[in-house]
Amino acid sequence: MHIPDGYLSPSTCAGLCAASAPFWYVSLRRLKRALHTRLVPLLSVFAAFSFIVMMFNLPLPGGTTGHAVGVAVAAIVLGPAASILAISTALVIQAIFFGDGGITAIGANCFNMAIIGSLVAWAVYRLISGRAPIESPRRVIAAAFAGYLSINVAALAAAVEFGIQPMLFHDASGAPLYAPYPLHIAIPAMMIGHLTVAGLAELVITAGVVAYLQRADPGLLLNTAPGATADPRTSGWTSTKPLWIALAVLMVLTPLGILAAGSAWGEWSPEDFTNPSARTEIATASRNAAPPVNAPAGMQRLASFWTAPMPRYAPPFLKSASFGYLLSALAGTGLTILVFLFAGWILNRQ
Amino acid sequence: MKSDFIERTLASLLSASEYAAHAESVAASRGALQRVDPRIKVAGLFALILVVAASRNLKTIAALFAAALLLAAVSSVPVTRLAVWVWSPVLFFTGTIAAPAVFLTPGATLATLGPLTITQQGLHSAAFLISRAETAATLSALLVLTTPWPWVLKALRTFRFPAVLVVILGMTYRYVFVILETALDMFESRKSRTVGVLEPAERRRLSAAAAGVLLSKSLHLSGEVHLAMQSRGFRGETHVMHDFHAGAADWCWLGGFASTAALAVWAGAL
Repeated sequence: MHIPDGYLSPSTCAGLCAASAPFWYVSLRRLKRALHTRLVPLLSVFAAFSFIVMMFNLPLPGGTTGHAVGVAVAAIVLGPAASILAISTALVIQAIFFGDGGITAIGANCFNMAIIGSLVAWAVYRLISGRAPIESPRRVIAAAFAGYLSINVAALAAAVEFGIQPMLFHDASGAPLYAPYPLHIAIPAMMIGHLTVAGLAELVITAGVVAYLQRADPGLLLNTAPGATADPRTSGWTSTKPLWIALAVLMVLTPLGILAAGSAWGEWSPEDFTNPSARTEIATASRNAAPPVNAPAGMQRLASFWTAPMPRYAPPFLKSASFGYLLSALAGTGLTILVFLFAGWILNRQ
Repeated sequence: MKSDFIERTLASLLSASEYAAHAESVAASRGALQRVDPRIKVAGLFALILVVAASRNLKTIAALFAAALLLAAVSSVPVTRLAVWVWSPVLFFTGTIAAPAVFLTPGATLATLGPLTITQQGLHSAAFLISRAETAATLSALLVLTTPWPWVLKALRTFRFPAVLVVILGMTYRYVFVILETALDMFESRKSRTVGVLEPAERRRLSAAAAGVLLSKSLHLSGEVHLAMQSRGFRGETHVMHDFHAGAADWCWLGGFASTAALAVWAGAL
């Protein structure tokens, strides 16, 4: 993918350099506005990271290994503008210092990998991931497609650049002066390797890094996920749906309490001590120990301290005991939810 | 025993580190090109690379390759190192691409090998591709092997390269080695904890997790670097200091580069 010197004519290189220039300019301006003093360290360190990731030896399905460019990772984490500049910087250092890719072909390599690669990766990732939650598996699939397609579209661009060379540049005898193969050879030759090994390498690294970041550092994925919803597994209606259903079922079943025989131990009113049937129930619940003749003085004094609006889950305006239970359950649950909503609102304000 | 992917990754990282260390030591030695003003050297070698790319004459490209060899010899650049680091990889990569062109390019038949036909145009085309790639790569290597990277960047600034990009390139180069060291440590520690053979899926997970950890560390590092820069007064303005002074010898070198390039352009166009 790193085009060396001598494969493309100087005019092709100049044309691709000129085509890259507006992207560099716009990216730099946008980032300067957005990052200000963070621009230099962020791009430098991320370009260095991209450079190192390109050296990773990735085990691929089928037993082979390959190297990735990491352009989709950059586009997903930083966005297209920063990715264009970071990958371009890494490519410039690779070309000048490490001789990986030609100096005259810097513009072409940046155009293919940094610009086309970043834009395709970003567009595919955004398109497939949509507004999916950050932790959604859909984002891993989107990253895999972004990695695979970005490197293949970049390879296709390089193949077209190679393929037009023999048509445009040849000597008097017809011998190609630069890349020797026409489009019908250059494209399949380039794409076979990228549709298989290089594409898989990019797929593995992009999907793998996104899956890792979802678990370890999801904040890094927020930059290119502006509409991401919260994870349905951890919040919102979907996650609490079973709880709400269970709560509704319990509320409907509350009248079952009427069917229970006897009374709950200790939940007596002062009147129960003078009511013969209630006294029998108190004695039964207390292992046949006879209750006092009158209600204790303290109980009598405090019983009138607060009168509940729905005493004994039986609102006075209702004749049906079952409906009274159900209405009490609804009212009690609703009040509890309101208390928590209010508490949440207070905490969020702080 | 076949080396695993951790060892191969370690080898890649170490080889980049060794190359950089060797480049620095050669750049610091006393050779002819090392004494040339970096601005003149950058301009001269870039001009020669452009001429190689534009040339339509194999003899001209061969002459420029010979000139590059001469420059390497007078600049204490070991030819064996050039062979290992530059010529062999380029020959392997470009040779693989160029070899089929000998048979696939239509033209006058030179020889027949069974069903394959070697054409004159195919041979020419392959020779152009390999000679251009080798010569340009040698000239690029000469620039880096005889000039410290910060000087190359300062020289770029002389040619109106935007200051902010020069600063980013300089910092990137520095942090390449910081992150390279981190990656080396990560893989070495992982290797020391790995017993037996990992399943392919586990190896892929390990690589992706390593890249993810390195990404998190890199972004954390960029935050720390930013704070450090701010604490030293960085407010977004970038400046590159110029402290080059071209002497008479440097102007002679400029003349040499210019005349060689002009001669090559004239000869290459024939």
